[in-house]
Amino acid sequence: MDLSNLIGLSRLQFAVTAAYHWLFVPLTLGLGFIIAIMELKYYRSGDEFWKRTTRFWMKLFAINFAIGVATGIILEFEFGTNWSNYSWFVGDIFGAPLAIEGIFAFFMESTFFAVMYFGWDKVGKKAHLVSTWLTAIGTNLSAVWILIANSWMQYPVGMEFNPDTARSEMTDFWAIVTSPVATNKFLHSVTNGYVLASIVVIAVSSWFLLKKREQELAHKSIRIASVFGGISLAVLIFTGDGSAYNVAKVQPMKLAAMEGLYEGSENAPLVAFGILNPDKDIMGTEGENEDPYLFDISFPNMLSLLATRKTDGFVPGINDIIRGGYEFTDREGNTSVQPSFERKKAMGTAAVNALAGYREARAAGDTAAMRSAEETLKENFDYFGYHYIEKAEDTVPDVPLVFYAFHLMVALGMFFIILFILFIATEWKNRLENHRWLLWTGIAAVPLVYICSQAGWIVAEAGRQPWTIQGLLPVNAAVSGISPGNVLTTLIILLVLFTALLCVELSIMFKQIKKGA
Amino acid sequence: MDTLYFLQHYWWALVSLLGAILVFLLFVQGMQSLLLMTARTDTEKDTVAKYAGHKWEITFTTLVTFGGAAFASFPLFYSTSFGGAYWLWICILLLFVIQAVSFEYRKAAGNLVGTRTFEIFLFLNGSMGTFLLGVAVGTFFTGGAFIVDKGAITDIASPAISRWTNPWHGIDAMADPFNWLMGITVFLAARTLGLMYLLTKPECGDFAAKCRKSMSVSAPAFVLCFAALAVWIMLRTGYGVDTSDGSIYPEQYKYLHNMIECPWIAAMLLIGTVTVITGLVRHFMERGYKSNFYITGSGTVLAVWAILLCAGFNDTAYYVSTADIRDSLTIYNSSSSLFTLKVMAYVSAAIPFVIAYIAWAWKKLR
Repeated sequence: MDLSNLIGLSRLQFAVTAAYHWLFVPLTLGLGFIIAIMELKYYRSGDEFWKRTTRFWMKLFAINFAIGVATGIILEFEFGTNWSNYSWFVGDIFGAPLAIEGIFAFFMESTFFAVMYFGWDKVGKKAHLVSTWLTAIGTNLSAVWILIANSWMQYPVGMEFNPDTARSEMTDFWAIVTSPVATNKFLHSVTNGYVLASIVVIAVSSWFLLKKREQELAHKSIRIASVFGGISLAVLIFTGDGSAYNVAKVQPMKLAAMEGLYEGSENAPLVAFGILNPDKDIMGTEGENEDPYLFDISFPNMLSLLATRKTDGFVPGINDIIRGGYEFTDREGNTSVQPSFERKKAMGTAAVNALAGYREARAAGDTAAMRSAEETLKENFDYFGYHYIEKAEDTVPDVPLVFYAFHLMVALGMFFIILFILFIATEWKNRLENHRWLLWTGIAAVPLVYICSQAGWIVAEAGRQPWTIQGLLPVNAAVSGISPGNVLTTLIILLVLFTALLCVELSIMFKQIKKGA
Repeated sequence: MDTLYFLQHYWWALVSLLGAILVFLLFVQGMQSLLLMTARTDTEKDTVAKYAGHKWEITFTTLVTFGGAAFASFPLFYSTSFGGAYWLWICILLLFVIQAVSFEYRKAAGNLVGTRTFEIFLFLNGSMGTFLLGVAVGTFFTGGAFIVDKGAITDIASPAISRWTNPWHGIDAMADPFNWLMGITVFLAARTLGLMYLLTKPECGDFAAKCRKSMSVSAPAFVLCFAALAVWIMLRTGYGVDTSDGSIYPEQYKYLHNMIECPWIAAMLLIGTVTVITGLVRHFMERGYKSNFYITGSGTVLAVWAILLCAGFNDTAYYVSTADIRDSLTIYNSSSSLFTLKVMAYVSAAIPFVIAYIAWAWKKLR
């Protein structure tokens, strides 16, 4: 990421905002349901213990919720402020999920959050319980729509380009909403939130047990969180496999970067652990003949199985994608020989020139030329964005960043499986206090689960580079027409403000936890 | 009537309604604006924070939904205004970011920066936030220094389709006295409504006297500014669009003509204004108690809705380019496609349901 120019700064600003926002959202997504389960127990049993427990976790939920809302508003409007070309180019499609998110989800979560938080003595027990559940559902509904929008950026479906308006327009709403990438991404992201929230609940409860305080609250919270988190983790792993398959089908360059795979092959191995060779580079460069890894432990055939569902399937590497000429079966099952980067760029340029020609012909009232230009545009539109890419290496994401983020995420996922199993086993045997190391491990897991969660988004977003919309609009054609100085100033302001607010939030959280229920 | 034509108007009406409801809901900000000057004791500050804190999220969500709806229905406005008037919008957003955490963190143990910091945040959001939102709304009448060239997408060196033609990026809106008047009016509307809302609360105790005193300044100032604004709008030169070729032309008294040619909008403005004044008069005559806030609030919604409709309806350019009037935005050249507007229209059928549960929650948390 080149921070001396507008694109690098705009990307960094968006990344900072998104990363801060995603520090708070997953806890909201998961803790909402954990609280709702606790309140359901209170509703059914009438036991004041459950009310006290619910209110304790609700307080933490509220502290986190406020800063999540604060960071979220910037994110929504940054599409306009920093990516104004993007906003026009795909606003006809992308704006709809955002508006629906506002109408359906934001109002639901904010309205019922107020009832949940302030309404203990103002509404009946049943109405309060329903409000708590609706708050949890509202936060997750919000995730549905923003993840549909994000998935569409990874896998643009249900649209066609209109040369009259010079933008992409929606043609099939349901194709966008029910896109397999969207469905999988939603499940993967929200279950990530559930696992994160479960680990936070386990960690806080572990701290209480170590301090010999709030022991009943801690044990019962661990029981709920470990089961909820364990089930969520199973779904997370299953959808993680789905995510990898989708990436292989719709963003093969991202998969190649995730694996540090420069030369593709059949029976491709999956790197379990590896250290990348910093001298390795793409074809046509000095480092092209270097080994990609200094050290690696790999599972034979597993990458092929993951990407193609066949152990001998061909998985293209970075150089294959640049070189082209290999057979590739896309998400819809269509098999074709892939063009080289040069060919894609030529087609992209043909599409963009056809658009310019179309607009000139329209201004001149030449309908025959318009028709001809439109046909050329349609034929080449799949590679429209390649026109703006200068050279092949610009189509390659930051391989070390994506590779290490991916492997860190997977490794931590494995660790969490063991953690949940241990917590479930020891808690149900009532032996948790005998294993202080496990309680400390539960606390240590909190930063790890946040790192894991952030790493997932780094893979998804940094792996998509240089595209804002896969294949159609690269970052350099999506950015606003403002000077880098403006963006640098707002970047510094946001960085300072969000960091200060994060410190305040953590301090309040810790005080609240120390205070207990 | 052409479906696209209808839906463009439908969505302008809906986005305008959201904007109008937002102005009404800024009563939360109005309460916050009392924090440093009027509400001085801890009890008074707690009272303000309590009542504003129970409602702030609805205002905040309305602002976010307003942005989302504008993005979905008029993406060229979203792209041009947010990307161009960068600093105006960034300032507004920052002022809302600091609000979002302040109610919860203000008196929380361990907040690191002290209670007063968050009270200053709330005050800034309540005063500057409302003022700047008003300035942004003012640009619907005064325009902005942007150019739009959709063909620029084919220019590899400079593909941005909209650009601001001066380096001020929205701060230039502050140079127009009309925008100042709009900003001050929105601030005064928020403050007046905020005071009225607080006065519906018997728990205000002694603080009520201070609120009444503040009302005696705020309400007349609001009415005066609003009247001046309405007159100024009617006397302004607006920009019309020739629907046959999309060309934009200046028209003296355009907004007055809009009122005459769309008498139902004029009626809305009139009824809204009368309703606002009725609520205020009833307040000063000490008639009614809780209802005056809702009377003035509903009048505010109606009046602001009429003003925003007047800005975009009747073939009017709602976002005029002061750099090149040919690039001005109208509801015709800036809207989403027919398909998207249709999808969104189906979605909008859920709005009454949303309003119903908000009303339920509002009533329960009164």
